[in-house]
Amino acid sequence: MIAFKVNGKKRVFKGAPFTRLIDVLREHLRLTGTKEGCGEGECGACTVLLDGEPVNSCLVPVCQVEGRTVETVEGLGSPEKLGVLQRCFLERGGAQCGICTPGMLMTAQAHLRRGGKSDDASIRQALAGNLCRCTGYRHIVEAVAEAARAEGKR
Amino acid sequence: MRGDPGATTVLRPATPRQALDALRREPRALPLAGGTDLMVSWNAGLLGGRTVVDLSRLRSWAAIRSGRESVVVGALATHAALQESAVVRREFPLLVAACATIGAVQIQNRGTIGGNIANASPAGDTFPALAVYEPLIQAVSASGRRLIAFSEIFAGVKKTTLCPGELIESLELPFLRPKPSRQLFRKVGTRAAQAISKTVAAGLLWLDKKGTVAELRFALGSVAPTVRRLSAAERFLAGKRLDADSIAEACRLLEKDISPIDDIRSTRHYRLEVSKNLLRQFLEGR
Repeated sequence: MIAFKVNGKKRVFKGAPFTRLIDVLREHLRLTGTKEGCGEGECGACTVLLDGEPVNSCLVPVCQVEGRTVETVEGLGSPEKLGVLQRCFLERGGAQCGICTPGMLMTAQAHLRRGGKSDDASIRQALAGNLCRCTGYRHIVEAVAEAARAEGKR
Repeated sequence: MRGDPGATTVLRPATPRQALDALRREPRALPLAGGTDLMVSWNAGLLGGRTVVDLSRLRSWAAIRSGRESVVVGALATHAALQESAVVRREFPLLVAACATIGAVQIQNRGTIGGNIANASPAGDTFPALAVYEPLIQAVSASGRRLIAFSEIFAGVKKTTLCPGELIESLELPFLRPKPSRQLFRKVGTRAAQAISKTVAAGLLWLDKKGTVAELRFALGSVAPTVRRLSAAERFLAGKRLDADSIAEACRLLEKDISPIDDIRSTRHYRLEVSKNLLRQFLEGR
């Protein structure tokens, strides 16, 4: 039995300890916001925050999550009440097909939370582990910069 | 076809002693650290039926401890932790630079220095930096411990000289005194992040007051089955002035110590030329 927190809620997983975190999130907890892209740690689509830091959930066996905290895109906001980053991605056109978006949002969230810089180069470096094949990245970078400005104002 | 989690036995030792006992009983079990390599193979279905010994509860093995003359880096220190360590940043900037080029933030947060070494990829990006810093590796097993020079740890592609049941506990990196006159870390890949190296270099150079070479250490990765120090060029330049002739000879001697191949990422010819350019630029001080 493996106990951990997901988006602030206590969760217990009773299945095989080598189940991948992404499968626990999607298939057991029905948190299907997290997407699987490559399944080999290259694309970043499955990024979630583990104790606040971005990790590829396709490379994390759930046994290593015991006693730790996981944040997924569902923790950022809801359709009725969007998070700042989610709103900025929508307004700036930071998503097209959408597969990379949850991972982009989580990596960007960690970057903003640790007070990361909002210039182009810093955002691109922070997001370097998240690949997008649609947008060309420009609108994603703008959305993160916009969210950084919005959060700065609060 | 992905591995079946239900068919994988996971042992989760709470202490180093428990981990070593588990590996004594099952020397073929796979030690798991950050999983950034192991899970890729497992997801590809290559490790079915193997017992896994998850080392992540051995928190003391993640520590980075600074001493008077060296720093001891626990095998489970992540690439992110190494970049954040004040002593590592001050004393071993080439290792910090190397850690910053591994994958991207998601991989750096999970991958560990011990796992990186044990995995023994020919393209391991920390290896040239470690090769010039010359750490001692502390290896432990249920029957004892031993020190292994970094230059002795690799046996070939994906092979180390560790024995079955033996784990890397830590690396001791001696501080460089005097500090080098010049240093370099450079990774050449297709993209700044997530790319595997075509060639990767680390160099340290000490010049004496007259401008002659007191010591050169130069290492290259991705251009041989294991990381290589350029022993022939290093020996040749010791005591010499760096001028056009001596630098040209050092670049010629580089071929004695590396054996690049054509593969999916690059060609033998490209790797050789770029490696020579990196050495030449470093020696010219550009």
